[in-house]
Amino acid sequence: MSLTGNTMNFSTDNDPAIKEFNTTKLLKNARKQAEDRNYKDFFICDVDSHHYETEALPEILQYMDDPVMRHLGLSAGNVGRAGLIPQAIGSQDMAGRVTRYAGRNKEVVPEKPHRDITLTRRWMDAMGVDMACLFPTPMLLLATHPQVEVEVAMARAYNRWLCERILEEDKRIVSMVYLPMNEPHEAEKMIDEFAEKKGVVGFLSTGYLKRPVHDSVNMRIYAKLEEHGMPLGFHAAYHWADTSLAQLNKFISVHALGFSFCNIIHMTNWVLNGMPERFPKLNTMWIESGLAWVPFLMQRLDNEYMMRTSDAPLLKKKPSDYMREMFYSSQPIELVDNKEALEVTFKMMNAESQLLYSSDYPHWDMDLPSTIHDIPFLDETAKRNILGGNAQKLFNLDPVMSEWKLEARKQG
Amino acid sequence: MPEKLLCASSDLSDTTVKICEVDGVEIGIIRHNGDVVAYKNVCPHQGGPVCEGLRMPRVCVEFDDQQRALQQNFDESEMHFVCPWHGWEFKMETGEAVGDPKIRLKRYKVTERDGEVYVEI
Repeated sequence: MSLTGNTMNFSTDNDPAIKEFNTTKLLKNARKQAEDRNYKDFFICDVDSHHYETEALPEILQYMDDPVMRHLGLSAGNVGRAGLIPQAIGSQDMAGRVTRYAGRNKEVVPEKPHRDITLTRRWMDAMGVDMACLFPTPMLLLATHPQVEVEVAMARAYNRWLCERILEEDKRIVSMVYLPMNEPHEAEKMIDEFAEKKGVVGFLSTGYLKRPVHDSVNMRIYAKLEEHGMPLGFHAAYHWADTSLAQLNKFISVHALGFSFCNIIHMTNWVLNGMPERFPKLNTMWIESGLAWVPFLMQRLDNEYMMRTSDAPLLKKKPSDYMREMFYSSQPIELVDNKEALEVTFKMMNAESQLLYSSDYPHWDMDLPSTIHDIPFLDETAKRNILGGNAQKLFNLDPVMSEWKLEARKQG
Repeated sequence: MPEKLLCASSDLSDTTVKICEVDGVEIGIIRHNGDVVAYKNVCPHQGGPVCEGLRMPRVCVEFDDQQRALQQNFDESEMHFVCPWHGWEFKMETGEAVGDPKIRLKRYKVTERDGEVYVEI
């Protein structure tokens, strides 16, 4: 048997698309969109964006209390992180096709401010985003870590680092900080520690949890969030090891279903167990599941609820009525050949007041503000609400416009 | 349609896309299968710089005589532009989106003469 040499490599580091990588250059067409669409007159807030926190892991670990875990994370170069943060199988970068994954670590930034601030500002300024809610990336799977004490320690260290090194330094960046839902009493302490920190606009539950969201041990978490007037975000994630997804053989399959499925499970539990009745002042935002799942779930739950109201005795109205009062991030908005379905979806979810623009940048399926701005059935008010106004209300934001927009306004 | 000078013939290669700007429009141009192809450097999906990403061959699946998948392979007879923003792929030869041929890159007619490349725009 003769083996053919594997000579093909279509995404080498020498490819011009990667070797001189710069976010501003990659997104030059986004900046043109921002100028052509007159975003200087819009306040745009992106409620779901990311950075790669593991690139700053040595810094983050300086904020970790447990010296043994800190040592584990710092040991053997970057290898030690495998003990702290679960590794996801999956080709987010599509084997190099989405070049910012391979290019990112080659991007040159000035010594100050923090590298993550510079990189974040670059994409924000290119897209015309004024304020961004920044979330981690690998830590979206932290809730699946088998050692709950590791989840708590990583969450606390990350939150401290984020507040001190990023949020404190840039008023255009905010965050819903990580809430370790698998350890409720620690989650409560986390709320007390971070709720009043600069730039903290809410708390985030991530991905697959070890207990359902309606579990009684979580009630004090929700009460405390309500007391602080802080919204709770449910950031979806895929988890290939989940038995319901395990038969899927492709990344596209598990990604397409997993992100929606994750929030479908949480939402079903949340609504049918009457959480909106128990915590009526607690706002929830459902993040990164697209939009198509919302009308699907509304129809399924309403249909069965009307036949089986005794199964959900806490409800005083239809499941869809509760869902319509919740908030949703927009990405990844389903935009291929579906304008009629999209319009119905927007109506069913009261998008004008409940939908919040999100990019998910720098992830592979990111959405630009034009995905909202260019929707033909939205009027000017709806566009402004979705692109920034709804986030301003939900997060009680004091809007900070980007410097280039203020300069552009001066110049007329 | 007016013809504009794009670049010198010697600027073109069959491995790297040359990006030229004409009247404020970026055009990606490359030699491909003995031809010269030129497309607007804007992806019809969300506007990414589609000509500046990787060029990748079509991915195909090889079967045995019972339709059982044996392995995947690259088909280098069909090369694609890959938009670096989201990975949408377009056939270099026609500009058609691989996922839906109704969606196409905007193509420009180019002429090579006297060592120079002209585009109709």
